[in-house]
Amino acid sequence: MSTTASRAPLPAATRRRRPFNARRAGAWALLILAIAVSVLPFLWVLRTALSTNNALASNATSLLPAEFTLGAFKRVFGLQSPAEAVAEGGSGAAIDFWLYLRNSIIFSSITTAGAVFFSAMAAYAFSRLRWKGRNAVFSLFLGTMLVPPIFTALPNFLLIKNLDLLNTMLGLVLPYVFMTPFAIFFLRQFFLNMSREVEEAAMLDGAKHLRIFFQIVLPNAAAPIATLALLTFIGQWNEYFWPLLVASQDDVRVLQVGLGVFKSQSPQGAPDWSGLMAATLISALPVLILFAAFGKKIVNSIGFSGIK
Amino acid sequence: MTTLAKHSRSASAASASPKPQGSHRRLGDLKIALLFIAPAMIGFVVFYVLPTVRGIYLSFTEYNILGDPEWVGMDNYVAIAADPLFWNSLAVTGQYVFLNILLQTALALGLALLMHNVAKSTIIRGTLLLPYLMSNVIAALLWFWMLDYQIGVVNQFIEWSGLPRVAFFGSEAWAIPTQALINTWRHMGYTALLIFAGLQAIPSHVYEVAKLDGASAFQTFRTITIPLLRPVLVLVLVVTVIGSFQVFDTVAVTTAGGPVNATRVIQYYIYQRAFTESDFGYGSAIAVILFLILALVAFIQMKFLKGNESDLD
Repeated sequence: MSTTASRAPLPAATRRRRPFNARRAGAWALLILAIAVSVLPFLWVLRTALSTNNALASNATSLLPAEFTLGAFKRVFGLQSPAEAVAEGGSGAAIDFWLYLRNSIIFSSITTAGAVFFSAMAAYAFSRLRWKGRNAVFSLFLGTMLVPPIFTALPNFLLIKNLDLLNTMLGLVLPYVFMTPFAIFFLRQFFLNMSREVEEAAMLDGAKHLRIFFQIVLPNAAAPIATLALLTFIGQWNEYFWPLLVASQDDVRVLQVGLGVFKSQSPQGAPDWSGLMAATLISALPVLILFAAFGKKIVNSIGFSGIK
Repeated sequence: MTTLAKHSRSASAASASPKPQGSHRRLGDLKIALLFIAPAMIGFVVFYVLPTVRGIYLSFTEYNILGDPEWVGMDNYVAIAADPLFWNSLAVTGQYVFLNILLQTALALGLALLMHNVAKSTIIRGTLLLPYLMSNVIAALLWFWMLDYQIGVVNQFIEWSGLPRVAFFGSEAWAIPTQALINTWRHMGYTALLIFAGLQAIPSHVYEVAKLDGASAFQTFRTITIPLLRPVLVLVLVVTVIGSFQVFDTVAVTTAGGPVNATRVIQYYIYQRAFTESDFGYGSAIAVILFLILALVAFIQMKFLKGNESDLD
């Protein structure tokens, strides 16, 4: 009797604990699955980029590169002769990702610097200055977030064409460089919550708005401005539609468009997979580096606003 | 949109705060304010307002870029109403949007709950966000390779498990679901993070009360979590629907509208009409229709799902 009594509570206790543990284990398993689905494709891209095309066909599932080579990267950067490229399964067409990389860096940097700075100025006017119609004008700016980019892209293309700026870096950056509605919204939010005291003390000292903006507001908002610059840069880096419309020549073509062209050049039936994946990796690399360095900033910005 | 509401409240609070120098400064600020918004105003007028007006105007014209736009009234819209390719693009896009809502919202909600319950670490959240930071082009090419019919790794696994290979991009039946899967892969983590942020905002005492009342986990989820999460869920829905209606990049890079018309989504059709066939009036008219659809969708979702009201207040 005593043995059964002392044994009885035991299974009951484990039964109570086990479903809980099983649920936790199950939850972790699902979470790990989701992480694997998010990350493993990138390793697969790397593995493919380091393989030769001929070996890929016969060895489609090995985790390690099939016949390790850097040929794909050389090909993408235009360092292989056409004959070599064709021998390794490339199309042999001239491709120079150095150029696209340069263009992408210029395009993303200029638009980010311009949009963040000018948006910060506007956000200052929409938050720290008092003027009639302020909120109405701000609402108009916000309203542009509702206009689908395709809708303005057609007339903007015509404008850039009429200005004779097709296939120039200027034409490429113009629609983005003055502001983005999201940037103004984002920064205004931070400027509104800044304390007025320092600002008012400076004003009593006779400081003008320009000085207050540069010496007080901007330094105090350094963290959100950095986050915004990061988000804007990544967004610009990934931009495809607009550069596709206005920058189709090599000297202004950006990476995303170059990738699409590279894909369409590859021979039907036997695409240059390793070259394509090497190019994909190169296009992803700058964002991966930014992510490794500032991942936390990016992650924490997501809760801020779902507007974007 | 909750942030919007909050922030107009703080704006009015700020304007109500006492000001030392009174109306004299009120006048002075307008000049300096104009200076500060001048660059943004140029961008706003030249690249947002005027193109919007011009886009609407062009939709009533016949314009093939070489000559001048020629006013044709409602002709483009009449033609669109009888254009089977337009209706096909609408149907195809609708299918894509529907699949995205279904897959993305369900998976993201599940992921958010998992993160909320077992792992709140920034590293895990960051890892799940990685696909979202990649461009559409990269996501498309990556899956174009992994889903290749001949030597894609996914089809190898499918064959190993005894099923027939799937022509993900090559078959009319699979083309749109494949595009939706790529988009879901890219957005799942981001959407999960939005929902996660919403879950974090639900105060824990609400759950404690439910526990004291003896509510089961499912009851708590259905009667507390979902209703309190509603503003976030509506927002996620609006963002998902509006974003998916404008699908272009992944289609342009992989299937270019095909096979046959299976992936000729609205934006791709606009692009073809305007840029390949130089028919800017027709393209603009479809763009106007897309604009109206999106405005309607946003309006309906905000109005009937009351996305801008929180039950927490």
